[in-house]
Amino acid sequence: MRTDDLIKALDADARSRAMPQAAAWWVALGAAVLIAATVFMLTIGPRPDMASAMHTMRFPAKFTYTVALAVTAFVFIRALSVPGAATRRLALAMWVAPILVAVAVILELLAVPSADWGRRLIGTNMYICMTFIPLIGLGPLAVFLMALRHGAPPRPVLSGAVAGLLAGGVAATFYAAHCFDDSPLFVATWYTIAIAFLTALGALGGRLFVRW
Amino acid sequence: MEPVTGKDEAELSRLLRAALAGDEKAYADFLHRTAALVRGFARRRIVQGGVDPEDVVQETLLAIHVKRHTWRQDQPVLPWLYAIARFKLIDAFRRRGRRIEIDIGDIAETIAEPEAESVSERDIGRALDGLTPALRSVVSSVSVEGRSIGETATKLGISETAVRVSLHRGLAAIARRFGKTT
Repeated sequence: MRTDDLIKALDADARSRAMPQAAAWWVALGAAVLIAATVFMLTIGPRPDMASAMHTMRFPAKFTYTVALAVTAFVFIRALSVPGAATRRLALAMWVAPILVAVAVILELLAVPSADWGRRLIGTNMYICMTFIPLIGLGPLAVFLMALRHGAPPRPVLSGAVAGLLAGGVAATFYAAHCFDDSPLFVATWYTIAIAFLTALGALGGRLFVRW
Repeated sequence: MEPVTGKDEAELSRLLRAALAGDEKAYADFLHRTAALVRGFARRRIVQGGVDPEDVVQETLLAIHVKRHTWRQDQPVLPWLYAIARFKLIDAFRRRGRRIEIDIGDIAETIAEPEAESVSERDIGRALDGLTPALRSVVSSVSVEGRSIGETATKLGISETAVRVSLHRGLAAIARRFGKTT
């Protein structure tokens, strides 16, 4: 086929419309939060003492880490899905959530005696954490991979991994409302493992489903 | 770096904006000018044989078409366009199992080649053969045989809407094939 002939076909298809990528990300985020909320409420649900827990230090702090992860990953993945978009600064912003967790861990180590560190790290919910963060995040991850497919990410594997981080951030935000283990030592360990699993799955999904 | 001029940028973004608003004439202009830019881009980077620059031109045009909703109208169009061209160029090398021989340096001289495309069997032509007969007859009628949507509808005895749908599906299917074969 000659290039001029191809252009004739593309031009004849000029009227076809797809949702602008920027809008598609908001739709995807809405769908992902809805799916995560549904799975969360149908399975573990929030802890009964949420209102009083909000007055502690450690419980609300969990949401700052998870929301920071979700927000930075959302902004980053939007740029990753558009060819030629500047991504370097947004990649750097991905350090915000890990730094928040690291600071919280240091404060925790200073605040509690070393004899208590192990008990707080192990907590009581590690298996539930490592089961339900991936479980709640699975639907959102699928939605974000579909949004990436709709876009044109020049780096599909990296983009898929960030989709996993974003799904992890959304899922961990819900899970944090359920879990009684509020110590940063617990969060830094088990949330990280659970989110890493979603990230690896996202990278694999990016490799298999996102190429264009 | 590409020979980016302010004039190219202003003109191409104006054309693509008009095209996205429904101006088919502007879209044809945009695609022809883009083809010329990408042809220069690909020829400067394909130092040795193995990859036909015109294949890269066609695959880039098709990718630009099916992904044009990713361009943000408040952003410059050339970085977007060249990023797609670069992605498709690397893809073309990878698909042929070759070492990537992209010259990232700034080459002043283009390889002495005629500006018109060289005629040979293109990958997109082969991908067209892989479509179902119904989609293939519509796509080749509008492209290779040069018929309009209306003429194609008359010839095939189907509605114009059906022609548009088949054309869109056929182009999307060809674009997907390139994404999968890496």
